[in-house]
Amino acid sequence: MLCECGQYEATIHEVIITKDKKKVERHLCEHCAREQGVSSDPYIPISQLISSSSYIMGQVITDEDASPDDDFTAHADESIKPQPAIKTKTSPTACIGCGLSFSGFKKNGLLGCPSCYQTFEDRIGPMIERAHEGGCNHVGKVPKRALCESKTANDTSRIESLLGDIRQREERLEALRGRLAKSIHDEEYEQAAMLRDELTRLTSLAPSQGASQQASSQVEVTTTRAASDSAPTSS
Amino acid sequence: MQAADDTPQGSNPLREQAFSKRAEWLRGLGESSDVVMSSRVRLARNIAGFPFTPQASRIDRTQILEACKQRILNMTTGSASQFMWIDLHHAGREDRNLLVERQLMSRQHAKGKLSTGKGGLEEPRSVAVLVPDERVSIMINEEDHLRIQTIHSGLALSACLEEANELDDMIEAGMDYAYHPRFGYLTACPTNVGTGLRLSVMLHLPALKLTGELDKVKRAASDMGLAVRGFHGEGSESSGEFYQLSNQTTLGKSDEMLLREMEHEIVPRVVGYERHARKNLMSNRKELIEDQIWRALGTLRHAKLMKVDEALDLLSLVRLGVLTGILEGITLEQVHGLLLSTQPIHLQKTLGEVLTQQQRRVARASHICATLTPSSKNTDTGSK
Repeated sequence: MLCECGQYEATIHEVIITKDKKKVERHLCEHCAREQGVSSDPYIPISQLISSSSYIMGQVITDEDASPDDDFTAHADESIKPQPAIKTKTSPTACIGCGLSFSGFKKNGLLGCPSCYQTFEDRIGPMIERAHEGGCNHVGKVPKRALCESKTANDTSRIESLLGDIRQREERLEALRGRLAKSIHDEEYEQAAMLRDELTRLTSLAPSQGASQQASSQVEVTTTRAASDSAPTSS
Repeated sequence: MQAADDTPQGSNPLREQAFSKRAEWLRGLGESSDVVMSSRVRLARNIAGFPFTPQASRIDRTQILEACKQRILNMTTGSASQFMWIDLHHAGREDRNLLVERQLMSRQHAKGKLSTGKGGLEEPRSVAVLVPDERVSIMINEEDHLRIQTIHSGLALSACLEEANELDDMIEAGMDYAYHPRFGYLTACPTNVGTGLRLSVMLHLPALKLTGELDKVKRAASDMGLAVRGFHGEGSESSGEFYQLSNQTTLGKSDEMLLREMEHEIVPRVVGYERHARKNLMSNRKELIEDQIWRALGTLRHAKLMKVDEALDLLSLVRLGVLTGILEGITLEQVHGLLLSTQPIHLQKTLGEVLTQQQRRVARASHICATLTPSSKNTDTGSK
């Protein structure tokens, strides 16, 4: 039997009884089942069902922690649902650096140590984005001496700890190019000029293979456009 | 400079310091100073390898404090100014509150208690103040390990930012900051992450209040993602129509972008509204504005008991009177001096004695009367 998508063999068969007591059968392939949140494995390990590893550390999960009062709890609820093991593993509930639990952060709104950003990245990322009006990547200053030293010593891992790896840098450049194009489209030329400067600066900080040339040529084009377009507004 | 805990008994550097020079934010100079009292820049920074202050142990905090102390006191400021280091866990309540009144540190830092409920008066924490000009203060072990603050009078955010960045680089030259390629400078509260930069201006908007347009401006500021706070900063209500306007977004926009928005777009617009309202009042409702201003001056000159917030409200109108030319014979310097010297701790420091609330109200009224009565001369630094 084929899946609802019509592409693959259905391996998961689900029967749902609706409110009006009608029986609905669904036949899905593994891919569609995962997308629609239908578990392909009825035997979920208990460690994945417990929403917080703080329990394992000897802390009892309180009702307050589990109350659906904010966005963070929504994530906690998700972890109760059957999910692929890999997702649960990437969302630990206590920081390896300082031991702060996610519920501890929820309570005070303050993180415990720099590692918390890494530990809770998946969960605080969307919240940070909302708090900063959609801003999700740092733009601007990088610690001056640290960057200078790591570049002089050609210490790749140190450079990456400041600027991210090649893929992350590429993503950031791409995001900046998108914002630059939007600024020009919206005729926000001063903003565009600053984004262009930021793009140039980021490219010059750590040129990535092949990407630097591409980025510079892109910058040149947009620079010319921004400069020529901005002239009438300044008068 | 000596640390406060090294001070010999009987002398108090803060008392001697208190009136040696007017606080930078009350100098009343600079661009748009008719409306913009002062500009302030704050950078939040944390040292790599340590928990953030709210989660740090006493040993961690002591190590952070010592590392910062060594770094800051050895920095060359390039002028006659130098840093005065004050260990707040050894300082008395009066001295801590004096620093808050001079806008050199937060109320939270004076109390030592963090928003998590952790900490307390005994927890190691300090503030370094650049003397004698008081343009710079650096809080150590506040919510973040380091909070670098620069203040200039008038609209001068770019000068503040430049100075803060220089200090930031000098400190970073001797220690690693907690930094993440995606999130930028890491801070205890995720609302400060990224640039860690807060740009603020203290605005005086009495005409917008009188014309009833103030709420509209405040709403517009909120819609633009700005925080509007009162005279005393975070958590305070407005007094005397003095408002602090600051950015809330710190991630996704560079220092320069945030600066441009505040200094070249938002603040000039608000300044324009206030000036327009002042002009309108003077041309269309002069009696109303004159009445309000003269009543304020009358109360200040003749009251026998004066509360601190009432004084601020009335001095705000007198400031407007001086700027619009309605009041003659009173200078902005006198008014600005009173804005500070009528604060509770400054009043007590001036008189050199601890007063009850009632005694302070009597002393405040008498001090203001002496300063604003026409026959008095140069009395803005205190009266008996």
